[in-house]
Amino acid sequence: MKRLICLLFGVVVSVSGLADVTLGGDFDAIRAVGIEGAGNAAAGVAWKEAAAAEPEKMTAILNAMNGANPLAQNWLRAAVETVADRARKSGRLPEADLAALVKDTANDTAPRLLAFEMLMQDAPKAAEALRPGLLNDPAAELRLFAVAELLEEGQALKAKEDKKGAVAAFKKALDGARDEEQINALAKGLRDLGEQVDLPKHFGFLMKWQLIAPFTNVDRGGFDQVFPPEVGVDLKAKYEGKGTEAVWVPFESKDEYGMIDFNEPFGMLKEVTGYAYTEFEAAEERQAEIRLGCKNGWKVWLNGELVFGRDEYHRGMKLDQYKLPVTLKKGKNTLLVKCCQDEQTEQWTVEWRFQLRICDATGTAILPKS
Amino acid sequence: MTMKTISFWLGLAVPMMALADDWSQFRGPNGSGVSEAAEQVRETPEVAWEVALPGRGLSCPIVVGDKVFVTAASGNEQGTLHVLCFSALNGDKMWERTLRATGRTMSHKKTSVAAPTPCSDGERVFALFSSNDLVAYDLQGNLLWLRGLMLDYTNASNSLGMASSPVVVKETLVVQSENDSESLALGIDVKTGGNRWKMERPKAANWTSAVVFGETVALQSSKGMTGVDPMTGKVQWNYADGAATIPSAAVTKKAIYVPSNGMTALVPEADSTTQLWRAEKLKPGTASPLVLAEALYLVNGSGVLVKADLATGDEVWKLRMKGPFSGSPVASGGRLFIASEQGDLQVIDPSGAGEGKVVHTVALKDTILSTPAVSGGALFVRSDGKLWKVK
Repeated sequence: MKRLICLLFGVVVSVSGLADVTLGGDFDAIRAVGIEGAGNAAAGVAWKEAAAAEPEKMTAILNAMNGANPLAQNWLRAAVETVADRARKSGRLPEADLAALVKDTANDTAPRLLAFEMLMQDAPKAAEALRPGLLNDPAAELRLFAVAELLEEGQALKAKEDKKGAVAAFKKALDGARDEEQINALAKGLRDLGEQVDLPKHFGFLMKWQLIAPFTNVDRGGFDQVFPPEVGVDLKAKYEGKGTEAVWVPFESKDEYGMIDFNEPFGMLKEVTGYAYTEFEAAEERQAEIRLGCKNGWKVWLNGELVFGRDEYHRGMKLDQYKLPVTLKKGKNTLLVKCCQDEQTEQWTVEWRFQLRICDATGTAILPKS
Repeated sequence: MTMKTISFWLGLAVPMMALADDWSQFRGPNGSGVSEAAEQVRETPEVAWEVALPGRGLSCPIVVGDKVFVTAASGNEQGTLHVLCFSALNGDKMWERTLRATGRTMSHKKTSVAAPTPCSDGERVFALFSSNDLVAYDLQGNLLWLRGLMLDYTNASNSLGMASSPVVVKETLVVQSENDSESLALGIDVKTGGNRWKMERPKAANWTSAVVFGETVALQSSKGMTGVDPMTGKVQWNYADGAATIPSAAVTKKAIYVPSNGMTALVPEADSTTQLWRAEKLKPGTASPLVLAEALYLVNGSGVLVKADLATGDEVWKLRMKGPFSGSPVASGGRLFIASEQGDLQVIDPSGAGEGKVVHTVALKDTILSTPAVSGGALFVRSDGKLWKVK
């Protein structure tokens, strides 16, 4: 279970990791909260003490969020908000400390985002001053503010028919943009001005795959059934499929959002299972995220190890729907995606596809070495 | 007894007296949608106050004593979750707490991460979000505990968003997280946030909310309805003839009226249920039905209010209202109140000899997808951006 939490949310929950940080017994009890309510009682006692702290201790609470798991960060967030309520009444909100905390990118996203939100509310000029410096911030949430500013600037220049200035603003913003909506707006802005934008490269979509289908998924049983590609990928092999022979076929997406569509080579089949295989050459061993969008039942394996899977059908799909923290090894990495289509016959259940990209935790594309 | 002593005891008594007028969960007492408080909403209520909300949401407000609680979600991907407390008297914000979503926040664009309605046991307020973040505060906004149910159960989510509202009974918070993949219900100790029990539920998306019948919590799903002992999770009775996954059941002290094969009236008993009647022509849309006096009221998918005889399920009359509707009707003082998606809060008098009549409309001029709360002779209604008191 702990591993799954790490995979899904990139949470550092190792006991040794928590023990490395000694911030006082009060924070330690909060930082020790775990799944299924573990540690809530002790954290509740410690929280009262933290929430009663003087405003000057607010940054200490924010610092305690560094390295904490998301539950503990929320406990500490509530303590900061409680202290901030009192600080506002007494005019003792430590604005300079909050600004310094935002600037220090060694801090986690959670305390920096909370500090920035407080500045926006209570000291908008201080927040405004920080905005331009957030364009290449390690926190995607903070980049939004800087990108929005540049997007507005570019649109204003475009309205004044300053094409050169608008293109420069849009390009600068796009380099920093990691949010789909902002990226789309910037791509449109640049294309309207005659510029080329390579969205698959910007996002880091994997476009070239080998696909095989159809294996069965009658009664949705294919999700748990182990078909040959899960045992080992042999791109020259042929298998008995559902009603026909299952063979590997090459597939290259022409979609700007990297859609890998099983319907294209295999037709609009129902109650079937397909697999997609590709290789990714990593320049170095590193932490990364596999980000998947899929409205079919799916499983993902990296280098033969199951990362995660989900048997939900046709409830919706979006970019980065699932964020799966992984470690890429230096050199060749293999990726196998299982994609199951169900029995539903409505028009909106036709899709049998996925999109997958590899990026860092900020959403910056990690491109293959080759 | 001195005056000082009298004042002290009166002070203590105020919150207890207020309990009778609390609207402490989705559709109020037991999930019935009917206010039995002494002070009733008048026939021609008007806006008393309105306040801005910091984020989206279609959860309903709840009212505990003199406090109104409401949830909202804001920011990139609705990742910031808000629990707000306002004065019921004048709308002043008394406190606001936020947390960052620890689970997936994806939802259909019409709904929101702040879809489940919070609930309260009179001492604490419990807020659940579609991201499966669950948090308990005391009424002053002090954090008591929190859970990330998607951290606990990593596939407990729905890409369309979840909406089942929790209920609190006998010091147990009952939470449904029902979906296609990892579907479950939990009984959670209100004091610690730990599990009393965990139950596997049908693997199918489900947006209905539990109702309280006697001492059992009735969980509705595509498979039917299951009565559960809130302290142990032990199944008390089961009805397995299927049920809707959007409109929730209506409940009285005598029976449960389930959106199942049309509408089906059930009397749960030890280990079984007795079917009183079934009316296949009664088809509730998104809105949940309610029982008022000797009639069942439901809003069908065309925005038509249907009155049916409570004893037989036979249709009595139909009334076309100004729809469409996502929120459910509530009742106070013998009248029905429902807000349309276009923001028309309509007052219906169902007591006429012929059909019912829309007797008053409050134009709130905003998209409203939620159900009003009733307390202190007032309705509390929210949109994505506002909270109103209408009295």
